[in-house]
Amino acid sequence: MALLSVNGLKVDFTTRNGVTHAVDDVSFSVDKGEITAIIGESGSGKSVACYSLLGLLPMPPASIEGGTAEFEGRDLLRMSVAELRAVRGRDIAMVFQDPMTCLNPYMTVGDQLVEPLLCHRRMPREEARERAIALLEEVGLRDPGTTIDQYPHQFSGGMRQRVMIAMALINEPKLLIADEPTTALDVTIQAQILRLLADLQKRHDVGVIFISHDLAVVADIADHIVVMEKGRVVERGDRRAIFENAEHPYTRKLLAAIPGGSKVPAESVGEDLVRVDHLCTWFGQGKHREPVKAVDDVSFTIRRGEILGLVGESGSGKSTIGRSLLRLVPVTSGEVNFDGVDVTALEGKALKQMRRRMQMIFQDPYASLNPRMTVFDTLAEPLLLHGIESRKSVEQGVLKLMDDVGLARAFIRKYPHEFSGGQRQRIAIGRALATRPEFVVADEPVSALDVTIQAQILELMLALGKEYGLTMLFVSHDLAVVRHIADRIIVLYKGRIVEQGPAEQLFEQPAEAYTRQLLESIPGRQLL
Amino acid sequence: MWKFVASRLLQAVPVILAVITVTFFLVRVAPGGPFDSEKAVIPEVKAALEAQYRLDQPLFQQYVAYLGDLAQGELGPSFKYPGRSVNELIAAGLPATAELGLYALLVAICIGGVAGVIASLKPNTAQDYIPMSLAMIGICMPTFLLGPLLVLVFGIHLEWLPVSGWGDMPGDKLLPSLTLGAAYAAYVARLSRAGMLEVLSQDYIRTARAKGLPEWQVITRHALRGGLMPVVAFLGPAFAGLLAGSFVVETIFQIPGLGRFYVQAAFNRDYTMILGTTVFLSTLIVLFNLASDVLAAWLNPRLRSQFGEA
Amino acid sequence: MNEPILEAGAVEQGTSLWKDAWIRLRRNRLAVFGLVVLVSFVILALLTPWIAPYAYDDQNLDLGATPPSAAHWLGTDIFGRDLLTQILYGGRISLAVGFVATAVALLIGVTWGAVAGYVGGRVDAVMMRLVDILYALPFMIFIVLLMVVFGRNLLLLFLAIGAVEWLTMARIMRGQVQTLRQQEFVEAAVSLGLSPATIIWRHLVPNALGPIIVYTTLTIPSVMLLEAFLSFLGLGVQPPQTSWGLLISYGAETMEEYPWLLIFPGAALTLTLFALNFLGDGLRDALDVRGSTD
Repeated sequence: MALLSVNGLKVDFTTRNGVTHAVDDVSFSVDKGEITAIIGESGSGKSVACYSLLGLLPMPPASIEGGTAEFEGRDLLRMSVAELRAVRGRDIAMVFQDPMTCLNPYMTVGDQLVEPLLCHRRMPREEARERAIALLEEVGLRDPGTTIDQYPHQFSGGMRQRVMIAMALINEPKLLIADEPTTALDVTIQAQILRLLADLQKRHDVGVIFISHDLAVVADIADHIVVMEKGRVVERGDRRAIFENAEHPYTRKLLAAIPGGSKVPAESVGEDLVRVDHLCTWFGQGKHREPVKAVDDVSFTIRRGEILGLVGESGSGKSTIGRSLLRLVPVTSGEVNFDGVDVTALEGKALKQMRRRMQMIFQDPYASLNPRMTVFDTLAEPLLLHGIESRKSVEQGVLKLMDDVGLARAFIRKYPHEFSGGQRQRIAIGRALATRPEFVVADEPVSALDVTIQAQILELMLALGKEYGLTMLFVSHDLAVVRHIADRIIVLYKGRIVEQGPAEQLFEQPAEAYTRQLLESIPGRQLL
Repeated sequence: MWKFVASRLLQAVPVILAVITVTFFLVRVAPGGPFDSEKAVIPEVKAALEAQYRLDQPLFQQYVAYLGDLAQGELGPSFKYPGRSVNELIAAGLPATAELGLYALLVAICIGGVAGVIASLKPNTAQDYIPMSLAMIGICMPTFLLGPLLVLVFGIHLEWLPVSGWGDMPGDKLLPSLTLGAAYAAYVARLSRAGMLEVLSQDYIRTARAKGLPEWQVITRHALRGGLMPVVAFLGPAFAGLLAGSFVVETIFQIPGLGRFYVQAAFNRDYTMILGTTVFLSTLIVLFNLASDVLAAWLNPRLRSQFGEA
Repeated sequence: MNEPILEAGAVEQGTSLWKDAWIRLRRNRLAVFGLVVLVSFVILALLTPWIAPYAYDDQNLDLGATPPSAAHWLGTDIFGRDLLTQILYGGRISLAVGFVATAVALLIGVTWGAVAGYVGGRVDAVMMRLVDILYALPFMIFIVLLMVVFGRNLLLLFLAIGAVEWLTMARIMRGQVQTLRQQEFVEAAVSLGLSPATIIWRHLVPNALGPIIVYTTLTIPSVMLLEAFLSFLGLGVQPPQTSWGLLISYGAETMEEYPWLLIFPGAALTLTLFALNFLGDGLRDALDVRGSTD
């Protein structure tokens, strides 16, 4: 019997620009002790649908326009504010996406943990505290008797998410709604949290709604999957049915977007283009302070025409290596040799000439474009600066770049805020290619994008790489993406190289324990 | 934590020293000596007076001597009130000013804080617009206009409250405190509204709601502390402003406080009095700034543990 | 969301953030009211010598103080001087102090903050330390002191007030430059090989302008208030020049008998401050500047 069954849910948002149907006739159900995953990209209405059930949407602008949500024989959508409040945190609990911002920084973890007990059960404080300690132990916090009195900022992201989970489970709820609970975490931590969630779900016998943008993440844990697009459910079924015979084209598109398989290694690999020798980039050096060794004695080479993948979790120094090569951060010691020239020693005109030959594509397409410059201004700047086009011919040059990266010519006078994330990333790629570089550093270029867009941008980069004869350093935390695009891979951990080798070899026969751990953490790896 | 306080205290020393030095030399290089205005001073008397006030010594020697006196807490004799020291004059004016300042601060925090929080709970409704419009009036209506207007309405027309004095008649402290506190209440209201709105949009407020806490608990337990942090940070500057405001309010309501002494001293060119009061008030302001910084740091667990470790 | 495919078609004109902000500002009725009031006051101030109904020093001791009438719209003061004329001339001074002192503050503060923020490192530490120390100084008392010591001098007043207000401006500008410097689009500009001067002018300044404009609009009223405060105490503008602060001061002395002498100058000052604050708030919303520092 269904624990929660939602039927024909409709949620509208009324803004100055009109009414949007954020959730349009959505139905799904969750059974007792099972996990239902709701999958969709940003704007699909997956979170809005769940938040509306608990009255957690700001109204206005949101309004529930219809539908029912039967939970244990009662309709959540018709409950009074007080009735709904009594359900929240007692029968239905939530885990949110970003553990860094979801805990109150002014209260100790313990005070926040016991709140649901004090509020819903009027449990004595001492007893509540003991329960909280026991639960913290269960979610895998070391020394919970001490850490319970600490503040959130003293915990790492993964630990905070464990606290959030403990807080959700403390009242033994019947239903748990987890909204992208692992999206903000590193892969290895993500794998741990997913295991923990699956484990607790079985042990406490709760129903779970798992909201995610990533089919791969739920591949191991979901019993049922609901796929949403633009406010509507396009397909639903049990896990096997979805992964093995998806019917709706959008679901197939999502499945196809999971980066799979590995690249055929580039055939025209030439001599060494970039040679990095004993590179060190340290930050915050002072007389009495220990420097942060972001990059610590790293050596590698990149051959002409090759795509080298640089993989690591946050804090591994992968982005800093890319920025060091391009002289965007000061290098502490070591040498970066580009086509026979030591880049670290260049100044003035010679440096400007070198910059033309090596470019960068950044992670966040929202921050990497000057918001006050049009597409034309952004793309014309490098063309004019390096004398690639004259004032007269620059418009033609810009249009050619726009054609290359797949932007409609009509958008030439538009500003960045008028584009979607994927379109912006196309502009950023166009800017990097404008100088006709030989070498490009791509720093997590697709990690801020929706999965289907991700696939498009990756294809674009591969195609352009071939067309422009690019050598590329591809920095990413996502092993599946790197495997898809890179010829060779370097694995980093805390500023040092753990392992490097051809992509295929590294995936099939990892030599180091850390690499193996990373590979095992890839969500839904049986899909690869 | 104590290290933080100590380091901030150490930083305050050069600031106070700079104030003393600048004030001292400014006053001394001012055109016209303190005894020039009195026309018929016999040269011998003038010389004797100048000797008494050490004005015959080289400037730097005077400065060193003054610093020496200060170290003993001695602010020197007044030029214009012969026989009385600046210390005595300050001691005479301080109680009224301190009391006025305290009431005004209470007015500012209580009225302003409550208005700001109430406005933030229902933004862009009447509950927001009404207190915020009043706050805007408070900010745009200068103290020296509000004071006379209040006197005009409540003192002269309605005859509900006395028009001047301090502690002489019942209720005579109400108008000055309101006048001085109004502008700051307005600032506090705007700050606390903005702070609360910021906090209420945070993810952890949603977490608190998802736990099923009643709305008033979400506000009091989770939102207030963060939301009122800007107000705490504002206390230091507000104190300096209140002191300056007391110049005006004490003048309007004829309150025998420090502020009125200061303005009178400024007009009378009573240099030792100006110097002494400036040093005293500046030290007070610097210390109050320090106190509000420490309070803000102490209320923020992140900063607190940082100082604990440092 | 669908990615665009190459398609023919007319060039679509983009809306810049400035245009966007202007559209938002125009929707804000209070801000528009503020702008209109401000512009009309500035025009009145500029045209005062030609439009004032009476000469500035026109006394009529026989007339004395009279309430508003057809001949004297806002009445006369105890010397029989036309109050409207007085307010117009006073407004010139008050507005001039507001704009000039703010301009001084803007010039020093923006330069100081931009340099500190862009150069960074030790230079930044020293420059901002100085700002911190100056912040801790009780400036209000200092200005009073300056006025006492050097006499009441309009130029000195501009400089003194400007010297106080630049501190916050410097902090805001530095904060802006520092945040912007870390933005990826500035890194992208560096990696294109642009010179620092070009980066500052094309990439930093246009993006830092919003908060600076907002804060400038909000500095003008606080400067005007400061001048009025000093004039009220008798430490600012001195006769025969006049300002709204001075007029309010005289009005307060005689408010029992001649309340209009207090109310009209007070209304003029308050209305101007209202206008500026509404405009500032409106700009803050329109330009979406977060985290005010007042």
